[in-house]
Amino acid sequence: MKQKSCITLAALTTTAALLLPGTTLATDYRPAMLANPCAGCHGPDGDSPGAIPSLKGLSADEIASSMKAYKADRRKGTVMNRIAKGYTDEEIDLMASYFARKP
Amino acid sequence: MNNISRRRFIQWLGATSALGALGAPSLAFSGSKARIVVVGGGFGGATCAKYLKRFDPSLDVTLIEQDRQFYTCPFSNTVLGGLHDMDFIRHDYDKLQSKHRITLIQDKASTLDPVKQTLRTTAGRVLSYDRLVLSPGIDFRWNAIEGYDPAASTIMPHAWKAGEQTRLLRRQLREMRDGGVVVIAPPANPFRCPPGPYERASMIAHYLKQHKPRSKVLILDAKDHFSKQTLFQDAWDEFYPDIIEWVPGSQDGKVTAVDPKRMTVMAGDEKIKADVANIIPPQLAGDIAHRSGLTNDKGWCPVNQKTFESTIYKNVHVIGDASIAGKMPKSGFAASSQGKVCAAEIVAALHGDTVGTSSWVNTCYSLITPDYGISVAAVYRLGDEGIVGVKGAGGVGPRDAPRSTRRMEAIYAEGWYQSIMADIFG
Repeated sequence: MKQKSCITLAALTTTAALLLPGTTLATDYRPAMLANPCAGCHGPDGDSPGAIPSLKGLSADEIASSMKAYKADRRKGTVMNRIAKGYTDEEIDLMASYFARKP
Repeated sequence: MNNISRRRFIQWLGATSALGALGAPSLAFSGSKARIVVVGGGFGGATCAKYLKRFDPSLDVTLIEQDRQFYTCPFSNTVLGGLHDMDFIRHDYDKLQSKHRITLIQDKASTLDPVKQTLRTTAGRVLSYDRLVLSPGIDFRWNAIEGYDPAASTIMPHAWKAGEQTRLLRRQLREMRDGGVVVIAPPANPFRCPPGPYERASMIAHYLKQHKPRSKVLILDAKDHFSKQTLFQDAWDEFYPDIIEWVPGSQDGKVTAVDPKRMTVMAGDEKIKADVANIIPPQLAGDIAHRSGLTNDKGWCPVNQKTFESTIYKNVHVIGDASIAGKMPKSGFAASSQGKVCAAEIVAALHGDTVGTSSWVNTCYSLITPDYGISVAAVYRLGDEGIVGVKGAGGVGPRDAPRSTRRMEAIYAEGWYQSIMADIFG
């Protein structure tokens, strides 16, 4: 099933690319939509110029495990305990990979 | 196929069938670059312009801003408190132009034609747009408080738009005698920056405590409750018990009239003499929004809660303080967060795409002393009736937080400011 879907998708993509020059596969906005607000405190792409910890240079695992620890109150912070509770674990993973991919 | 790629796949299928039905790409800007005009270079507009280019560098993005430089309201209270000077809160648009290739026009939007999709400016320019984003901030309801008009604001500053008004209020505080009374008059909800008047009281009290310790800050409030109230009042009891006094609306706190010549304000039946009067009048959406018919009967702009497109005019988006954004407060952080979401929605729509998830954040710090900060935060999602905070998340910090937390939040307040300025203007 999994494989079949992928093949269908690939076939459709090719067809679309032929039919519709200039259009590309739909962008998945979800990670950016979840992660963009973080920049308000953690700086552009998580690169903080000031006192708030940077996310830049951290691995996806480090970011995700911190967020989950804040969410469960296993780690005590200031505002992050309140913010982390606003996301599912899956969303936390998406955001963590998003920041980890930034150069 | 995992959940994410399935969603992408479905989204993509949706987009493809929309294209297929028309037999050609339904891109609004097929053949040429789409033109997006953004009005207002504050937290909402400048963020939106930058993120539009981030999402799609090929877009033609024009930012219209009447001022050469932007003074932020956030951290303007620290200027009043003597922690920073005006340069600290001043920002320019150089990087938005040179690094992000946004066209900046220093001018003022004057007339919107939503049918022809054009915007006329005060200088006589006529700009056509595929999408228009208005982030005009607030305007004041002059004379809602009897006698409080633009002329009165040069004697009794509102300082609720930063810049000259901030300088004026700071000068008045510096020139005031020891033993003077500073009146702060916050309006009823909704208004720009709900915790702002109370942080201002704290920062002014911080200045007075050091330099004019016999003086008072009298908050004459139109309301009975305010943002982060318990945390503010606990801290006032500790740091400024003889300086700050708060009078709620139900105890005749509401200022109904002012007399700038005599420096008096009317609250209930009482006429109060002020040495410095900071009158923060009731507000409505910024000029261009209400003059273009984009506001409701309360003076704010109703918008689609996902895309921020006006429910009144197509292809016109309104973000920031001027918009009605569900449960989100009228704050700089909220406006910036909305700017990012609006940018994604516009780019997705132009590409015949959809944005699957909507998510916003607001985090707001207030300083009570240079070493004592408090915060409120929320994560927002789209609910059935608009934008709502995620249950179980957000809120204000705990009342019994240790002193180390307050100190950290004061440090983080400054860190927040540096980060969000880099995010918007860097």
